[in-house]
Amino acid sequence: MTDKPTMIEFQDVHKYYGDYHALRGISATIRAGEFFSLLGPSGCGKTTLLRTIAGFEDISSGAVLLDGKNMSGVPANIRPTNMVFQSYAIFPHLTVAENVGFGLRKDPRSAGEKSKAVDEALEMVGLKGYGARAAHALSGGQRQRVALARALILKPKVLLLDEPLSALDKKMRETMQEELIKLQRQVGITFVLVTHDQEEALVMSDRIAVMFEGEIAQLADPETLYRRPASRKVADFIGTMNFLPAKILSEGGGKVEVDAQGFGHVTLNSEQISGKPSDGGANIGFRPETLTILFDGQKAVDRESDATVTEVVYYGDMTYYDITLDGTTKPMRLSMRNVFGRPVLDIGTRTKVAWSPGALMLFR
Amino acid sequence: MKAPGLRAYAILYLVFLYAPIALLPLFAFNDAVVIAFPLNGFTTKWFATMWEDPQLWNALQNSLLISTTVASISTILGLFAARATTRYRFPGQTSILGMIMLPLVLPEIVIAMSLIVVLVAIGVPLSIFTIILGHILITTPFAVTILTSAFQTLDRSLEEAAYDLGESAASTFRLIILPLVMPGIISSFLICFIISLDEYIIASFLGGTQPVLSTYIFGQFRFPAKVPAVLALGTILVLISIILLAFAEYMRRRGIAKAGGNTSGGVL
Repeated sequence: MTDKPTMIEFQDVHKYYGDYHALRGISATIRAGEFFSLLGPSGCGKTTLLRTIAGFEDISSGAVLLDGKNMSGVPANIRPTNMVFQSYAIFPHLTVAENVGFGLRKDPRSAGEKSKAVDEALEMVGLKGYGARAAHALSGGQRQRVALARALILKPKVLLLDEPLSALDKKMRETMQEELIKLQRQVGITFVLVTHDQEEALVMSDRIAVMFEGEIAQLADPETLYRRPASRKVADFIGTMNFLPAKILSEGGGKVEVDAQGFGHVTLNSEQISGKPSDGGANIGFRPETLTILFDGQKAVDRESDATVTEVVYYGDMTYYDITLDGTTKPMRLSMRNVFGRPVLDIGTRTKVAWSPGALMLFR
Repeated sequence: MKAPGLRAYAILYLVFLYAPIALLPLFAFNDAVVIAFPLNGFTTKWFATMWEDPQLWNALQNSLLISTTVASISTILGLFAARATTRYRFPGQTSILGMIMLPLVLPEIVIAMSLIVVLVAIGVPLSIFTIILGHILITTPFAVTILTSAFQTLDRSLEEAAYDLGESAASTFRLIILPLVMPGIISSFLICFIISLDEYIIASFLGGTQPVLSTYIFGQFRFPAKVPAVLALGTILVLISIILLAFAEYMRRRGIAKAGGNTSGGVL
């Protein structure tokens, strides 16, 4: 992955709307053929950043390079990018085929060749035979596919997707996620996706840029983002992270000695530490699946602690428990896979939980 | 409709509103000069009398010229205003829009009086041209209202999508925006046309010696013998108005439906 050439490069991109500083010095590179996501809460600037690639937003300073060329002053209609809009923007007065073939109007190929290209594009998105239908009569999922075919038929260098799945219901969204991944592998085009849904970003992307308030907080592959979030804010945004207050006892030689509530004395590696040294309090953080409830007869591989179950949420394949570690008051969220024959614990049950210092993070 | 009082009120309301119009065709086909019951038998001779009146044809010609010009210009002005207010934000937007819409609530007599004062003062002779000016003033608010609603239902990203797919701003307007707001344009044209066609005050103040349909009809009422023929003309005008308005509303709703909106409630 790392040896792939750069497709998009942001060089210290700033964007102001009047006094409002929407993009605050974005520098990042997106590689060719990558499925890249811009993830963040609404208003973080992710859509604005996407639109600077498309050419719908001018930047106030810095540069956006596309395949090595500075895009400054290059209008959207001649940039080698195409976009799938949040509303899909299907032209309601045209047929499906006219929508898909819209970008081919100035293509010098013959009408026959163009209509063949339209058929191929429709087949690629699973809408073979839909060409003659009126666009305004399509369902949400079908509109989404038409928008994809319409953008991909021009073989852009980059496909931009602005929250393309947010209008679909849960089942449809999951289907489309998998189809988009397959489609991206098939066409090999660089995809840049904007989403506020962290799960969607984790599932689909090769790499993710997490954005807050016009800045990239962390740019990493999904696993790094999940296991080693760069800040407490990123950790909070990606999945669930439990936090307990901790005190740093000593630091040096790539190790940190910590006294954490509920866990006692633990030694962490430098890679488990996030944030720069500060005078403020530190926190131990862990994911719900890294602590395991010990059922009858089970033994902890590494360390174990006593706890009380305070809440139980049953999900069929999973059960979510809130537990309070002895010596603490804040409930921690745990997720346990429901193995056949294993009981679901009641609220108030005293139990032992197994954990390992390697799964803990220190945020400061 | 549980309360019988409310039901009676609603029925009476509609009767008062439409019964006079229903009387128009009734007496237009009545074989008598005097407009009174009992009816005197069926005739179509008043339509023939009307048809043969050269003054009517002159007035009709003037009216059609005025209404067509007014409807065209108002609709074009409305297009600009609607596009500007739905697409851009600029300082003073609300007050400018308010000024455009003002003639809607201003008494027409005030508009007519002030226009005649100004026109006479700067030496513009009263003619068909001055009627057109006055009518543009009062029909533009309607055009702006109808076209703004047409532009508002238009998804902004449709424009960006066309641009993204390689079209210029001009071809995007021609290929995407124009077809989608076309029902609104037709609807605006027809409504402005009808408002201009039956307008009386401005036409009579600013028309000079030029008769138009409305001033002609009013003039005819001075001669009792001519009244049945005027009623015949009125019957035809009611018919044309209903057809045009129904068509205008149909086009407007079709436009909204096409753009994916809902069509409950009309602008009129």
